Amino acid sequence: MIETERAGIAGGAGPAERLRLLLVRLFVRLGVLPFLLIVAIIVFASLSENFLTVRNLTNVVRQAVYLLIVSLGQMLALLTGGFDLSVGTILALTSVVGASAMAAAHAAFPDFPWLSIALGAGAGLAAGTAIGVANGLGVALFGVSPFIMTLGMASVGFGIALYLTGGVPVYGMPVLFGEVFGFGDLLGVPIPILVAALLVLLMFVLVYRTRLGRAFYAVGGNLKAARLSGIDTRRVLFTTYVLCALLTSIGGLLLTARLDTGEANIGASMPLESIAACVIAGVSLRGGVGRVENVVLGALFIVLVQNGMNLARIESYLQTVVLGLLLILAVIADQLRLRAMASLRA
Amino acid sequence: MGEAPLLELRGVSKAYPGVLALDRVDFELRAGEVHVLFGENGAGKSTLISLVAGVQTPDTGEIRLAGAPVRFTSVHEARAAGVSAVFQEFSLVPQLTVAENIVLGDEPRRGIWLDVAAARRIARELLDRLGFALDPDAKVEGLSRAEQQMVEIAKAFRTEPRVLVLDEPTASLTEREARRLLGLVDQLRNQGVGILYITHRMGEIRRIGDRVTVLRDGRKIATVPASTSEDDLVRLMTGRTIEQIFPALPPRPDGDPVLEVEELRTRTGSVVGASFSLRAGEILGLAGLVGSGKSEAARAVFGVEPIASGRVRLDGLPVDTLAPAAMLARGVLYLPPDRREEGLAMVRPARENMTMAALDRPELGPGPWLGRFREARLAHELARRIELRPAAPERTIELFSGGNQQKVLLARSLARPVRVLMLDEPTVGVDMATRAAIYRLVVELAEKGTATLLVSSDLPEILHLCHRVLVFHRGRVQAELVGAEIGEEAVLQHFFEREAA
Repeated sequence: MIETERAGIAGGAGPAERLRLLLVRLFVRLGVLPFLLIVAIIVFASLSENFLTVRNLTNVVRQAVYLLIVSLGQMLALLTGGFDLSVGTILALTSVVGASAMAAAHAAFPDFPWLSIALGAGAGLAAGTAIGVANGLGVALFGVSPFIMTLGMASVGFGIALYLTGGVPVYGMPVLFGEVFGFGDLLGVPIPILVAALLVLLMFVLVYRTRLGRAFYAVGGNLKAARLSGIDTRRVLFTTYVLCALLTSIGGLLLTARLDTGEANIGASMPLESIAACVIAGVSLRGGVGRVENVVLGALFIVLVQNGMNLARIESYLQTVVLGLLLILAVIADQLRLRAMASLRA
Repeated sequence: MGEAPLLELRGVSKAYPGVLALDRVDFELRAGEVHVLFGENGAGKSTLISLVAGVQTPDTGEIRLAGAPVRFTSVHEARAAGVSAVFQEFSLVPQLTVAENIVLGDEPRRGIWLDVAAARRIARELLDRLGFALDPDAKVEGLSRAEQQMVEIAKAFRTEPRVLVLDEPTASLTEREARRLLGLVDQLRNQGVGILYITHRMGEIRRIGDRVTVLRDGRKIATVPASTSEDDLVRLMTGRTIEQIFPALPPRPDGDPVLEVEELRTRTGSVVGASFSLRAGEILGLAGLVGSGKSEAARAVFGVEPIASGRVRLDGLPVDTLAPAAMLARGVLYLPPDRREEGLAMVRPARENMTMAALDRPELGPGPWLGRFREARLAHELARRIELRPAAPERTIELFSGGNQQKVLLARSLARPVRVLMLDEPTVGVDMATRAAIYRLVVELAEKGTATLLVSSDLPEILHLCHRVLVFHRGRVQAELVGAEIGEEAVLQHFFEREAA
């Protein structure tokens, strides 16, 4: 009986069985994202004829830039087996501090807009990255769980951002800032997209071509093994959260330029969206697994779905529901993938 | 013997996806005997007892209890029929008390309320009868592993078993506790209980075994009297003679020690004053029971176990304050015993696991860069040297067999220059062919001058692969045996000795 069972698995399978096996293999290899992408494109293309136009798809990429950059940072945190719930706050704090500093500098030196932009951007990046430094110290040095540490810092940062502005948007940045970094283009390519492309490239080099990049995977794959292999796990974890915050801050500056105001309320949905983008892209919540190129696709997918729902005139409240469900679906798919992997092993 | 055996397996098979764990196995256990199951890891021992205890059901064949066919679908059912098992994986709830754990699943009740007093009384009586000095109200999480083992055993006795399955019950016990447990097993045998006993220890087989059934690759090889010689048992277990498994040892080198450890004490008290030294090209075995401090001593040398006092010198220079990274830079490597727990990143490819401890090496690229082709070339070379099967370094390590995973771990010692290699239980859960390959590699490295520290609970390994053996006991070096002095009796004697004093 056992022999016949084995034979059944090994060879004489029908075409339906073979197709199923092929799909399972594809699923294990590629994850859930390609399947979701196909479904989304079919559904939205049938709901709206404007969906599959060059103009709309360019728009999607343009809108996806901010989520994409944050997701790159989030991916680093996930790779090492943690996550960062404070990315929304980092975005907000960067925006508020950056805009305030820029506006103040602009008021003082109205003739040197580039100087104001540089000063403001520097201040914004410093403020956002400071949150990451705090996260890194808490997680790496004091062993606070990433959940608590980043949740706590999310509250701290958001409070500071509100306190600094009294909840009111910050105006008064040089017009040039929005013109260049929000709406400008170089040789026909929007500047935000160029910045995102550059960051993706840098991430590529960092995680695949450097020793530090390998250390992210090693620490997330097995922290104890990494330590026994001489990897300074504390330094790696600290660096993770600082880099995540730095990337998120850059995203925050670009978003501020796009909105032309500094706001404490931007980014509230970022933690959920960035984690969803990563997990849908096959980044493991258990750490050690994830690829940059897939995360890029994951972020594009999230924005694509939002765009498609807008075109299909789905109410924004319901869109939030869909997003939450997508995240959960992605995690379930991840579990199924593990099981499928185990069954293929046999 | 006219009557039916107490427990009988007839033609029992069990398959898991991809493996036939048990292949038409016959087995019998008589009332009033201690029947030892003997075999390598993966031979089918665990599967056999999981069928007997109702954890799983056989695919084919039948199990008979006192002549009547039975089919247990749960541990609870088996227990009710008189078959109790004590597994290595404890089934205790750490947050509950000893008494609560003992009655767990069948709590005495008064109406709808739990009868706490009765639970305590039942636990007290059981513990007294077994002679375990445990407080029924103590929380399990506060107990030592040995004490938890006692609770687990007490739990198995709650139902007055006719068949008792013990899976390496002494593995985590101190010598005194182990002796008491063996006394208890004796006593139960005399009362007519049939005991199915898994152990790797020759001494225990001699001490309490009546018969031994040897399993290999899911098949029953033979059932022999417990007085069978060790050589014969090993031959039955492995299908090879000892000479075929262990390569010839080069002569013990002389020369100055590379590594010197003096009066080493760890902060946790696991090592309390151990001194030893190690020469280039020498293989030094650290033997002793689990918890004797042999593993902790190696870990302390590597800088992962905090040192309270004492000195560690490498080429005469003090290194006792250094972290693993600095020890690696000086050519000292420690490979941990538990692959999954702290050895390998299971979700990453074999290649990354092989080079994990070599990420600081200039061979892999200049400055901060990691050369992909350089790394891939190194990984291929290593895969060839360790005979990785399949020879696919890009494959996720999880998809390899246990033996090949262990070889990948070992490959770390080839990925960078290593002068002092510390191996902690390097052959746990690997098949004989892999074992032989690992032993060849260890001897080959020693011939090239690597000083090797072999921490092992596997006695044949200690006996046949070491120039010199230190037996640890309660955090101290109890005995040092050199060359011809290394024998089973001599080594085992020091595992336990001086306890009574």
